[in-house]
Amino acid sequence: MNNQNLFSTKGLLLVAKRAVLFTLLFSYMNCTDDKQKVVNFTNLVLAEEFDVNGPPNPEVWSYNIGTGQNGWGNNELQYYTDRPENVTVQNGYMIITARKESFNGSQYTSARLVTKGKFEQQYGRFEARMRLPWGQGLWPAFWMLGADIDDNPWPGAGEIDIMELRGQNPNILLGTVHGPGYSGGQSISKSYTLPNDRFDTGFHVFGIEWGPNYINFYVDDVLYNQITPADVPGEWVFNKPFYILMNVAVGGNFVGAPNTETVFPQTMLVDYVRVYN
Amino acid sequence: MKNLTIKHIAIVILSGTMMCTTTSCERGLSEDAEFATFPKNPDVFIDGFSGGLQYLPFGGSKLDAFKVDTQTKYSGTSSMRFDVPNVNNPGGAFAGAIFPDMAGRDLTGFDALTFWAKATTAATINEIGFGNDFGENKFQTTLTNMRISTEWTKYIIPLPDPSQLVAERGMFWYAEGPENGNGYTFWIDELKFEKLGTIAQPRPAMFAGVDRDEQTFIGSVIPITGLTQTFNLASGVNQTVTAAPSYFAFKSSDTDVALVNGNGVVTVVGEGTAEITATLNGIRARGSLTIESLGEFLQAPTPPVRNPANVISVFSDAYTNIPVDFYNGFFGFQTTLGGAITLNGQNIIQYINLNFVATEFKNPTINISQMTHFHVDIFISEPITTGDFISIELGDFGPNNVFGGGDDSAKRIQFASTSLTRNQWISLDIPIADFALASRNNLAQIFFISDGTISTILVDNMYFYR
Repeated sequence: MNNQNLFSTKGLLLVAKRAVLFTLLFSYMNCTDDKQKVVNFTNLVLAEEFDVNGPPNPEVWSYNIGTGQNGWGNNELQYYTDRPENVTVQNGYMIITARKESFNGSQYTSARLVTKGKFEQQYGRFEARMRLPWGQGLWPAFWMLGADIDDNPWPGAGEIDIMELRGQNPNILLGTVHGPGYSGGQSISKSYTLPNDRFDTGFHVFGIEWGPNYINFYVDDVLYNQITPADVPGEWVFNKPFYILMNVAVGGNFVGAPNTETVFPQTMLVDYVRVYN
Repeated sequence: MKNLTIKHIAIVILSGTMMCTTTSCERGLSEDAEFATFPKNPDVFIDGFSGGLQYLPFGGSKLDAFKVDTQTKYSGTSSMRFDVPNVNNPGGAFAGAIFPDMAGRDLTGFDALTFWAKATTAATINEIGFGNDFGENKFQTTLTNMRISTEWTKYIIPLPDPSQLVAERGMFWYAEGPENGNGYTFWIDELKFEKLGTIAQPRPAMFAGVDRDEQTFIGSVIPITGLTQTFNLASGVNQTVTAAPSYFAFKSSDTDVALVNGNGVVTVVGEGTAEITATLNGIRARGSLTIESLGEFLQAPTPPVRNPANVISVFSDAYTNIPVDFYNGFFGFQTTLGGAITLNGQNIIQYINLNFVATEFKNPTINISQMTHFHVDIFISEPITTGDFISIELGDFGPNNVFGGGDDSAKRIQFASTSLTRNQWISLDIPIADFALASRNNLAQIFFISDGTISTILVDNMYFYR
């Protein structure tokens, strides 16, 4: 959040160009721009539509189970499981449910799905249509990690957060990149406040357009940020394959713990995940 | 919504009849037809009274507590200034008023009443909201105990269900008393209805979300209280407001046992069990009321006719009663709820969650030194198990005739489970001598004590006689 000033100038520029740019993007025309290099990704290579009830497609998704180290590095409070109580596909949606229940020493359960080893890609358009959970201490995320993370530990592997949200700020979305020299509190991030609406009452499309040396962040038809190597105070680690993660965390450094007013269970509904190249 | 729908149907039928009689065609209502609607003006007070707005202070309030202030304002040229009086101000004990637009406005397009406010000191405004029109107050909505500070802050009062506010007259109201005896001033500016779009996750409640059980009889009337609506705001705050019963749709699971009307008043009409629930704009309210009706209320035995000189009655419809300060003192450590109620036109006392409770009559105390017995009728409807008991204690304030001072005397007599029978009136005639009180000239208290062994009792006909 400290980095917001860094982008204010560019933000204004982007806002001004938003209408033009997105008309072009969404009509799949080739275009060039004086300031931005825009590549269009029209070839659909992953379309998880969640049309089959039951567990998510095992060809694409696997699970992180448990509490990781130090609550997945963030002192998160949930225990991730692959139980249908925490993740299931029903009526055209993947439903990730965070529950308040004692489970293996944790007070909350939830789910975190990953495409590691199953779907990894360099560049492209990655988007998901989702309705998010709400309330103090909820932390839904749609994000990516560098596929070489086993040999190249975080933050060296790189992280692209397509969507993060603090449940206590139900109308404020965050798009962020982490890399060597700019991770955690020093990550390069920008928030977007949904005007006269919020992310837990309806579905919204969260996505990035990611090409060589740039990542564009958008929600619905609004481009709200572009990050390029000039914006990061360290090595640009985003010219290699990444895999996708989707989860609802509970508590942790980023959001703080739920309080007595936080309503459980909380759900993140995912209508689809689509990737183009 | 119900009224609106009916109105639409009526208009369609009327118009349809006219068209068909004149042209014999099958046309419906023209799309150009406009229904009578109320203005959608969102402004209440921006830099002055919005069109139609009136100022009507509450009786007993400081009538000039409200002024238009051109010095202190959040924006524009003026604000609303409220001077809360000091305690004992001869001009009025509190500040409070309604600001109606008696022509009515259509608020269905908004989701919140918002304003900026600050005060000369940090304070807590007792009640602030809208929907009070000195009439039905049908859709009164109140934020209670609103904290206010010395810094201009924006406040949001969510509309519990905008769809019902098709012709609302109460644009704004408030009531606030002194803080710790001290008056102060607060200002409100930019008071208006808004469509924020971020008022979400409604969670209505009745009885503040508690599932209540009541054991009662045919004829008893129970108002549903604690009606609230809670929304999650963009700030993450869960904002609860008190919402009038008319926002809710109430339902009885068995209308042969209990009926509930649109004002949330439950009437028990038969024997059995019924659950009362509510919805607000289709969302089930948390909390419920489960009625266990024991059937016809069995009246306590009517006391015999006595010479008034031979009776000192505390609570009875048969005799003239002495002045009583209260039937439930709600003392510390006390769980007991309830007090005097009316059941089928009879005055009785109902105690709920009994551990101990006192009836007190110290203005004046009574002299029972010439009386021989204390009579009381008690009704217990719950199962009585070994170890259950009811103790009755008489308290006398002693020669100084006030509580304390070392001369009080109080003695209790316990009735064990073996002397208690369920579902019938237990008539006790206790010799006053059995209490062995040191003083009987300044009696002021009658206690019922169960220590929680018996939860609910009905009490009638408390009197001393000879």
